[in-house]
Amino acid sequence: MSVLKLLGQRIALGIFSLFAVSVIVFLAVGMLPGDIAEAMLGQSATPETVAALRTQLGMDQMPLQRFISWFGQLLQGDLGVSLANQRPIADLISTRLGNTLLLAAFAAIVSVPIALTLGILTALYRNSWFDRVMNTMALSSVSFPEFFVAYLLILLFSIKLDWLPSMSNISPDSSISEILVSSILPVITLSLVVIAQMMRMTRAALINLLASPYIEMARLKGIRPARIIFHHALPNALAPIVNVVALNLAYLVVGVVVVEVVFVYPGLGQLLVDSVAKRDIPVVQVCCLIFAMTYISLNTLADVLAIASNPRLMHPRG
Amino acid sequence: MKKCLRCLCQAPLSAKIGILLIISYSFVAIFAPWLAPYGETEVVGDGYAAWSPEFWLGTDNLGRDVLSRLIYGARNTISIAFVTTILAFVVGGLAGLMAAIKGGWIDQGLSRVVDILMAIPQLIFALLILSVVGTNAVSLILVIALLDATRVFRLSRAVAMNVVVQDFVEAARLRGEGLVWLIWREVLPNTLPPLVAEFGLRFCFVFLFISALSFLGLGIQPPTADWGSMVRENAVMISFGDFTPLLPAMAVALLTIGVNFVVDWVLHKTSGLKG
Amino acid sequence: MSTEQEKHTDVLLEIRNLHLEGFSDEKWKPIVRGIDLTLHRGEVLGLIGESGAGKSTLGLAAMGYTKDGCRITQGSICFDGIDLINCSADELRQLHGLRIAYVAQSAAASFNPAHRLIDQHIETAIRNGGIKRQQAKAEAVELYRILGLPDPENIGQRYPHQLSGGQLQRAMTAMALACHPDLIIFDEPTTALDVTTQIDVLAAIRNAVSRFHTAAIYITHDLAVVAQMADRIMVLRYGQLAEEAPTRKMLKAPENPYTLSLWAVRCFKSEAKPRPTAEAPLLAIENISASYGKNPVLSDVSMQLFKGQTLAVIGESGSGKSTTARVITGLLQPDQGQVLFAGEVLPKDFRQRSKTQLQQIQMIYQHPDTALNPRQRINEIIGRPLEFYLGLKGAAKEQRIRELLSMIELDPEEFMYRRPSELSGGQKQRVCIARALAAEPELIICDEVTSALDQLVAEGILKLLKQVQEQLGVSYLFITHDVATVRAISDEVVIMQQGKVVDYGAREAIFKPPFKPYTDLLFSSEPQMDPDWLDTHLARQQAN
Repeated sequence: MSVLKLLGQRIALGIFSLFAVSVIVFLAVGMLPGDIAEAMLGQSATPETVAALRTQLGMDQMPLQRFISWFGQLLQGDLGVSLANQRPIADLISTRLGNTLLLAAFAAIVSVPIALTLGILTALYRNSWFDRVMNTMALSSVSFPEFFVAYLLILLFSIKLDWLPSMSNISPDSSISEILVSSILPVITLSLVVIAQMMRMTRAALINLLASPYIEMARLKGIRPARIIFHHALPNALAPIVNVVALNLAYLVVGVVVVEVVFVYPGLGQLLVDSVAKRDIPVVQVCCLIFAMTYISLNTLADVLAIASNPRLMHPRG
Repeated sequence: MKKCLRCLCQAPLSAKIGILLIISYSFVAIFAPWLAPYGETEVVGDGYAAWSPEFWLGTDNLGRDVLSRLIYGARNTISIAFVTTILAFVVGGLAGLMAAIKGGWIDQGLSRVVDILMAIPQLIFALLILSVVGTNAVSLILVIALLDATRVFRLSRAVAMNVVVQDFVEAARLRGEGLVWLIWREVLPNTLPPLVAEFGLRFCFVFLFISALSFLGLGIQPPTADWGSMVRENAVMISFGDFTPLLPAMAVALLTIGVNFVVDWVLHKTSGLKG
Repeated sequence: MSTEQEKHTDVLLEIRNLHLEGFSDEKWKPIVRGIDLTLHRGEVLGLIGESGAGKSTLGLAAMGYTKDGCRITQGSICFDGIDLINCSADELRQLHGLRIAYVAQSAAASFNPAHRLIDQHIETAIRNGGIKRQQAKAEAVELYRILGLPDPENIGQRYPHQLSGGQLQRAMTAMALACHPDLIIFDEPTTALDVTTQIDVLAAIRNAVSRFHTAAIYITHDLAVVAQMADRIMVLRYGQLAEEAPTRKMLKAPENPYTLSLWAVRCFKSEAKPRPTAEAPLLAIENISASYGKNPVLSDVSMQLFKGQTLAVIGESGSGKSTTARVITGLLQPDQGQVLFAGEVLPKDFRQRSKTQLQQIQMIYQHPDTALNPRQRINEIIGRPLEFYLGLKGAAKEQRIRELLSMIELDPEEFMYRRPSELSGGQKQRVCIARALAAEPELIICDEVTSALDQLVAEGILKLLKQVQEQLGVSYLFITHDVATVRAISDEVVIMQQGKVVDYGAREAIFKPPFKPYTDLLFSSEPQMDPDWLDTHLARQQAN
């Protein structure tokens, strides 16, 4: 099995997953029980409004036909129109998507280096007091609901100390520094959970490797502990670590939803939650697709990097 | 039995705390009606009353007793999370074991379906489905159980794979044993320790997940007392520097920490000196 | 290769009254209990013993190293005037690789998969030895040449997974020699190799060690191997010294009863029975070809087994001997050919076979640890076939379990309700035999049943199998890689190589010259207890 073939297969699988997800997102709406049009209109439903809405949703057409036209429009960049306020969805999400990505990127930049460093250090000094304290802390912070952390931070830094804003008032004309200041608390909230997860997984992956015979061999060759970690363990831990990072970045993108709601941060997550509450299905579909797309791309990227870092695959026999 | 007790005594402090937490939460959840001073949805006073001997933790936005709702919340939130996790394990676990034992196209088919389902982030998937079917306890349990079953499937299949390749399973197959015997007598008993640990982790996840959904207003619906929605309903008070609205969130955190401590210890024990 | 003491006047390593403990089941248990060991410069010391004798632990301790979960409780280790127990980690690191080197059992797992061989080879020399990269590389090529690796100039550029097992083991020996150490610890370096590969690796190691006049501790469980390699032998048992003597003396006249019993193992031999003339064969394999996916593993394999007889199938890894067993049991469906049992064609897939057909063929596996369900008790394990095939229940079942346990020489009172984890390796294998016998089969397939066991235990299992055959008239298809085992118990022998049958006949005929070429290679590669065997063998190879 050559590397290129494997890579090709993995990328093809990613693209197929994307397609499958869009089918599911579409079908979930069409196949679930209950008449959506009626449900969406609630008590104000009259036979005329229901019929009008059904036409607008295209529910009088065959499912396959509907899917083809919906998917075709998606590919052309036409995301449809919101049911709640009749505005094009593209307009609704454009600035929000940027805000969300900014928040996630900011959190990633903070958390990845910290988490990897802590993971390597705890693996290196495993079973020391440092390791134990870090582990207990990590275990605790993955146990906290995000809204708990978020409100604790608000209580402490906005209300008691009054250092930072509790709400992220970001408008398109906010300056970079304003945006940064108002996203500090959301970023800390997001990072805390992600750092803890990533650190634990990095540590586990490294410790798993440190038990292998070639690490013992390196010790018996008189190699320094630091070099054993960096030269002998890390290159082999690359695939699992890349996976850990991708998994947690993907988690970041999704974890944004709750954090955005707490801090009233104008991002995609908040839009999604609002739309679910309003049952604005077309918006929900698009938001879900965007989140799923990011998630799938990150996972595909992780696997591609893992394949590329495996010497057995990069240097085949013979 | 004695061995278990001795094992418990040797457990590290964190695990002991965890076990204590789990026991006390279960106690509160089971005996909620006898422990709570007031009814679950009973309006007993003015809104946002301060802590007092009458209402130990004050009242909420509608004037209901916070302590009583906290106690009933234990019952509602924990039981829904527990039922969901069990359902996820029955469906996902059995499917995983079957895929590992049967192999072939059953395994391939199930694995591909799970791959696709897992390609969608869980929260997003849940929001998508809940936006269509609406939120009530049953749909909540079914949706989250289904999504979680995919994770359980992956793990139980992987664990079972390690058992299935062992010779005693081959011996049982060659004897002519049926699927039920293979699952029940040969494979399941040997996959139990990691699955039990995973049950703890999945429970934590489901528990946090439901709390988050409720907090977003898309989970357990009022007037049922639930820790996530209690935070949401009273969040306004936080901006006045009041910690009371965060008590339910802390209750969630404490139970999750407790379970995590115990799981960590169990995993450490079963994996030998590795950790 | 001399054993005379006056040649080794200079003591290199001295271990006195060493005690080591290991942590298992929540307790510290002794592994090494009061060992004294003296090693002179340029001397090769053989450490032998069965599993659990503490030989590997002792070997590592000679480097001042203990594995995680082990600790030294008492004694002293002195290497060339340096106290290894009390010196600092940095001082130890300066010794490791430079002056004391290590060769592990599994070279495939002990090379780092992420780096080229040459980079791993020269790492210690550059890092700790202060040698220039270019010079280190040139020396590496020279060592590769001495150890007989193909293409010594370029083989270092390869990654570990690109070499075969035998090549990796030589590369690891080369790496150990890189800094011209005073002492090398060899920990079972050829145990995982096939006999025909092992012989070349043994020769290469011996040649290199004597060329650089390196002292070595050679750890193995194989007496015949150690006889070729060591000047002096120490026999360990339960972490204590059983006997110590120069190689030739020990081989000629072992004194300790335990050593004597190890020697005696090699003498077990049963009478070969002639093939019954009138009968039809119990099992007939006719022109079987099979493959895993696209890789053919068996081509045109045929053999016959008669009632009450033992057919031994011998071959090295990849010869297709275990695949043959999988075809017979129906786990692997052949592309061509058929399997006849008592004259009737067996369905290819075991799932299509009737309960009676399944009952008639039972299996015993190589690793008794994985062949018994750890969550079931012995009475459940043996009782299940009784219930499943014979419909025995209650008191009748229990009575039969007791009979079977007595037959495999385990006390029913004591073992009936135990779990597999409370049994030793040999006892587990006996339970596996009892489980097979419980089904009252006509044929038992024994797949490397003694390979994972210590020699004394293995001999007990072979004797038991033979005894059972005499009592019950059951037939065995005995799969093994070990020539000695075949010589001990077979009635007829099949020799397989790369999926083909290359030799087939009665035991007497197979072991009598003239040999077919591969048979000759296989038999002559099996190490003998004669210390001159390797020299003789190499000389003979040269002559050819």
